[in-house]
Amino acid sequence: MAATESMRVRVEGRAIPLPGDDIDTDRIIPARYLREITFEALGKYAFFDERYDESGKPKAHPLNDPRFAGGAILIVGRNFGCGSSREHAPQSLMRMGITAFIGESFAEIFSGNCTALGLPAARVSHEDAQAISAMVEGDPRAAVSIDLDAASITVSGRRFSFTMPDSDRRSLLTGEWDTTSVLLANEKAIKVAAARIPYVNSFRT
Amino acid sequence: MKMSPAVTAGRSLLDKVWDLHKVGTLPSGQDQLFIGLHLIHEVTSPQAFQALKDRGLKVMFPGRTFATVDHIVPTDDQRRPFADEQAEAMMQAIEGNTREHGIRFFGLGTEEQGIVHIIGPELGLTQPGMTIACGDSHTSTHGALGSLAFGVGTSQIRDILATQTLSLTRPKVRKIDVSGSLAPGVSSKDLIIRIIADLGVNGGIGFAYEYAGSAIESLTMEARLTLCNMSIEAGARAGYVNPDATTFSYLRGRKFAPQGAEFDTALKYWKGIASDPDARYDDVFKLEGASVEPMVAWGINPGQAVGVTRRLPRVSDAKQEDRDALRKAYEHTGFGEDSPLQGLPIDVAFVGSCTNGRISDLREAARVVKGRTVSPRVKALAVPGSRSVARQAEAEGLAEVFRAAGFQWREAGCSMCLAMNPDKLTDRQVCASSSNRNFIGRQGSPKGRTLLMSPAMVAAAALAGEVVDVRTVGA
Repeated sequence: MAATESMRVRVEGRAIPLPGDDIDTDRIIPARYLREITFEALGKYAFFDERYDESGKPKAHPLNDPRFAGGAILIVGRNFGCGSSREHAPQSLMRMGITAFIGESFAEIFSGNCTALGLPAARVSHEDAQAISAMVEGDPRAAVSIDLDAASITVSGRRFSFTMPDSDRRSLLTGEWDTTSVLLANEKAIKVAAARIPYVNSFRT
Repeated sequence: MKMSPAVTAGRSLLDKVWDLHKVGTLPSGQDQLFIGLHLIHEVTSPQAFQALKDRGLKVMFPGRTFATVDHIVPTDDQRRPFADEQAEAMMQAIEGNTREHGIRFFGLGTEEQGIVHIIGPELGLTQPGMTIACGDSHTSTHGALGSLAFGVGTSQIRDILATQTLSLTRPKVRKIDVSGSLAPGVSSKDLIIRIIADLGVNGGIGFAYEYAGSAIESLTMEARLTLCNMSIEAGARAGYVNPDATTFSYLRGRKFAPQGAEFDTALKYWKGIASDPDARYDDVFKLEGASVEPMVAWGINPGQAVGVTRRLPRVSDAKQEDRDALRKAYEHTGFGEDSPLQGLPIDVAFVGSCTNGRISDLREAARVVKGRTVSPRVKALAVPGSRSVARQAEAEGLAEVFRAAGFQWREAGCSMCLAMNPDKLTDRQVCASSSNRNFIGRQGSPKGRTLLMSPAMVAAAALAGEVVDVRTVGA
């Protein structure tokens, strides 16, 4: 692939601060919305039970707050996306318009799923997360920019550094985050590996 | 140049299994890893098959993927078509996809059907030294047999179907060394909840957990499965126990395990992949087995847990970084700070799930309820993890014990663990549950509350109508 449109060099937009630690994937996308065999409609269900009460009335929630309408970068706390491996979680956020995450830390399967969808998940210190949230709270129209090449975030001109596993950053920068074709290119090597693994060959190797 | 043996550190099981399965290093810097066993279920696979179709790709090793249905399956009325049209469509999708791609499918009504993490070990599909992946975070369960097993997302299911490999970063290894032995009345469920409470729900990020020490070695295979199952709740994507005599005798004679002379050859491989005595670990955590008491995870994540004899924590006593989550937990549960755990009323009792839906779990729970009656205020469910567990429990008379006590006895499935099928909490109900997650809304009601505990503790709570210490109930 590696087409230019899949390269993630800089992700820009307005941000939405979503406070709280250990926000799990059941909260991001309640299980009852996993009974669809495609991801297409998931955008409207992200954080559904936190955004709406039983009668469907909107509750006070950053994703319902008109000040943050149109925001594309979600600012989160510690261990965001823990729990279930459901890719429905980042899929639902992506389909509602989220293009990147800034947070203190991310659960492993969740951040892997994000990379597989081309969504950067940038880690910052607790202090920086607080500072960025406060800046965006103070000025919801603040321009936020994530520069993957420089591993830095700029909020209204102020710079912060972020971390991300090198492999994720490289995949996003080169646009090779959709791994199927990358893996498939090594078909010969896959067959060689399979031939040396004892149980794959009924323990006859 | 020859390396001196003195500077060559031993290797862990993870090192050995990883190196054997490594296909190569990718441009991103990650490793390409061959996946020996791929398990799929109805919820996270249809989108992956669709992606394959969109790209005109085939399944590279159809013989290395096995499928079953568990999440959306009703555990009472299983007649087709299901009343839930979406669930029915999902069933038809996995039936069609497995047929089209030549994948072995253990469907509803077959003797092999059950929760994917129950049937893998039970059928002997899960074996030591394998790499195992499944689109389900509780895949860590399979590590109990000495395999490297982890949950993946749907894009990765697509990768495995198309290439039988994954792009992965080698995790660090933390040894969880549990000395001595567990006290009577304390189970491996209590142990893993204690480990999560001690190390935190995010403590395991970037690590695989190796459970070792005499308290682990003396656990049965089913107890080890429960332990490894909740590694993911500790933030560790994988957890494993080194294979030993318990593992080998568990596997002998199982349907998909090597048979006859092949079993003996397999044994050599299996013994060889255990961690070396001088293996190097990135971190070691020590715990005394005797210090563990029956645990209850009362809050909104599995790390918010205390021993059953304790009082709920005060926010002001908690570490600064845990206070917000604790406040949120009290806000959701409505429980009082510093109130005793025992005596907390419950409305629902659930025995089952991939964590505790095995025959030994049902035996433990049945031992407590035998000849007694469920509290009139409690709705109690006993849900076997697989068809095979159901048949065994019926043959042993356990099903009858549950029914006589006032439990509903169900067919195999995930049931009330996750609210994707008709079994759900309503409104503000409190559920004593042998499952694995007490997240807000997890059991189907956005206001519902979940208390995670061992199957014996759930049984005791069902009888009393409130949280009790199972050690005081007797059997």
